[in-house]
Amino acid sequence: MLTKNISVFLGATVLTVAIISPAIARDQIRIVGSSTVYPFATAVAEEFGRKTKFKTPVVESTGSGGGLKLFCEGVGEKYPDITNASRSIKSSEIKRCAKNGITEIVEVKVGFDGIVIANSKKSERIELSLRDIWTALATEISVNGVMVTNPHKFWNQVNPTLPHKKIEILGPPPTSGTRDAFMELAMEGGCKTYPEIKAIKKKNKKAYKAICHTIREDGAYIEAGENDNLIVGKLQANPDAFGIFGYSFLDQNSDVIQGNLVNGKEPTFDNISNGSYPVSRSLYFYIKKAHVDKTSGIREYLKEFTSENAMGEYGYLAEKGLIPMPTAELEKMREDAKNLVTLSN
Amino acid sequence: MTDLKQNTASLKSQARLKKRYRKERLFKAIGLSGLLSGLLALTIMMISILSTGLSGFSETRIKFDIYMDPEIIGSTDGYDETEYRDHIAQINHSTLIRNSLKIKFSDVKGRRDVFNLQKLVSSGSREEVRRLLIEDKNLIGKTIAMDLLASSNVDMYVKGQISRDVNQSERKISDRQLAWLDILESEGRILKGFNWKFFSTGDSREPELAGILGAAMGSFLTLLVTLLIAFPIGVASALYLEEFAPHNKWTDLIEININNLAAVPSIIFGLLGLAIFLNVFNMPRSAPLVGGLTLALMTLPTIIISSRAAIRAVPPSIRDAAIGMGASNLQAQFHHVLPLSMPGIMTGTIIGMAQALGETAPLLMIGMVAFIVDVPQGVLDAATALPVQIFLWADSPERGFMEKTSAAIIVLLVFLIMMNGLAIWVRHKFEKRW
Repeated sequence: MLTKNISVFLGATVLTVAIISPAIARDQIRIVGSSTVYPFATAVAEEFGRKTKFKTPVVESTGSGGGLKLFCEGVGEKYPDITNASRSIKSSEIKRCAKNGITEIVEVKVGFDGIVIANSKKSERIELSLRDIWTALATEISVNGVMVTNPHKFWNQVNPTLPHKKIEILGPPPTSGTRDAFMELAMEGGCKTYPEIKAIKKKNKKAYKAICHTIREDGAYIEAGENDNLIVGKLQANPDAFGIFGYSFLDQNSDVIQGNLVNGKEPTFDNISNGSYPVSRSLYFYIKKAHVDKTSGIREYLKEFTSENAMGEYGYLAEKGLIPMPTAELEKMREDAKNLVTLSN
Repeated sequence: MTDLKQNTASLKSQARLKKRYRKERLFKAIGLSGLLSGLLALTIMMISILSTGLSGFSETRIKFDIYMDPEIIGSTDGYDETEYRDHIAQINHSTLIRNSLKIKFSDVKGRRDVFNLQKLVSSGSREEVRRLLIEDKNLIGKTIAMDLLASSNVDMYVKGQISRDVNQSERKISDRQLAWLDILESEGRILKGFNWKFFSTGDSREPELAGILGAAMGSFLTLLVTLLIAFPIGVASALYLEEFAPHNKWTDLIEININNLAAVPSIIFGLLGLAIFLNVFNMPRSAPLVGGLTLALMTLPTIIISSRAAIRAVPPSIRDAAIGMGASNLQAQFHHVLPLSMPGIMTGTIIGMAQALGETAPLLMIGMVAFIVDVPQGVLDAATALPVQIFLWADSPERGFMEKTSAAIIVLLVFLIMMNGLAIWVRHKFEKRW
């Protein structure tokens, strides 16, 4: 008896699945890419879905590199239309795209993001230079021109003006775009203040990079995963620790954590916007031009993203922690996006 | 001489006995403390989830008088129902709300202040005004008292998660907004209620609008596919291996492999799903169909192993009796062995499904970790799953998502407890003892 019931049940459910599966058609934009751009892209996607007759786009957070890899796999229904990136596309990626038939890529700059070095409000705010950051975090540092394993345990060993506290920094793992940008802007920026290392750059670029783009693995730098909320929580629990993450997390949690000064500049909206805060980067997204009139809604999505309502000074993205571009640049970009100006190879 | 010998022997054995008892007591104590520390960890976890999560089920609303200004809405004369609906969808609902808020606080001047005033209510309140107008066109020109959804920051403040003692630059609510809220509070216009939306909408970037229906639906569709694939294949394989297959090197090899597969990390199945279903069969990304197939691969070993154990537990006398009465082997299996082993099979299946419900890692690879607003309607629509939604919310910068994360964890735990409870019930209800 039971078996009969089961077979009826199975038959019924198989039938249901067969009925509820519609034909595959792409009337929905697919977006992949950076976890830093994700909060902004999703906000636009939601507003776009609410305002227009199109379906709300699907946004995946795959990381900048992962997103561009998926993006460059080909043209067609199964490949994403747009990828977000917290850095600009590399020439190797443009080549990869071209190899798979994607020759026309439209680049849209979203705005800026600052990478902050924050700590708990219970602690005092400190002033770091890029040189201090590199000297505290590199695997090997230069002492009188000789490279030695980083001996520093306390901040005041790095720079006597800093407090006598253990060096303890929570930051993103190597898969993160934030980490890439931090390496390039903060670590390399501090590294090249040593003339003897800067001299290596001319002779051997690889060796130079190997020296500048390393982070010590003896416990002073703690990889905290991609979850920045976790870092914020840990900073509150441990007032001596510092955390590295995007400006939007500082902005949302400004009652419990503070951003420390880098090269004398505080990570504020204005300082990042005008470029005087040294650890800031541009955020982008890339569109496959071949998909523009195939997947419905791409033009309208672009329009929504670049509108004053979203990207402008008082737009809803600014509220989410995005630092908008200066007006002139924004207007040029809006015009280029409208005309789908592609990257020149 | 012998007495003395015996005496010392018994003394020695008594000492040994004492030592053995001591060891036993020590072991008991260690076991008990292990159990207690486990319980303690569970209690701490439950308390922390419940204390942050329960407030996620409530929402804050502010009572405002909204003037349905005919000038903003425009003329709707001669429109039929669909034309009227399209027209109402197009009008500027923000202006309607903003103007009504300005009537309430008539001293508010300047762009920045008006902007801040408008920020008291959620962007979702536009939708509420729109729905009300579509329902009843007679409201145009009238002033309606509406309970508008408060923005997440106001909600957080009302729930006591934003302190007013700190400097205004350090909190998400300005002094001006606090003053307005104080007035509203004293007039009894701030209301708290149950957050039904949480169970009836999909994801959102605004914490006060976010719901778990999309994720729950995604989980349901995914598990449905998993069940449809894994259950018949799993039970059939178990039955074949246990009752029909010859016992030789090949079946031994298969058995070892199945046992090993049960211990393979779930992310590996995600990679397999990506390679086979997406890259070879060209199935759509983020679809519950692919998620279900991938999770089916993962649950199959669990179902096969538990089904085999259940089938093995049926006494051979029942098979022998059936065959003795003239039933074929197949009849004996399907009429007697399978129904009798069904409680055990069901228990194993439900536990396997509960495991699949909690998985995120394999779904990451096939694109189900994504921001999806629309509630999925079929197995080919883009969808996420409950644990994925928890992961995504936990990673959002907005403070309001913290309680939503814990609230979603509570919902997931309730589902898991229900499934495990069902497994226990099935076992007790249908189990036969021989």
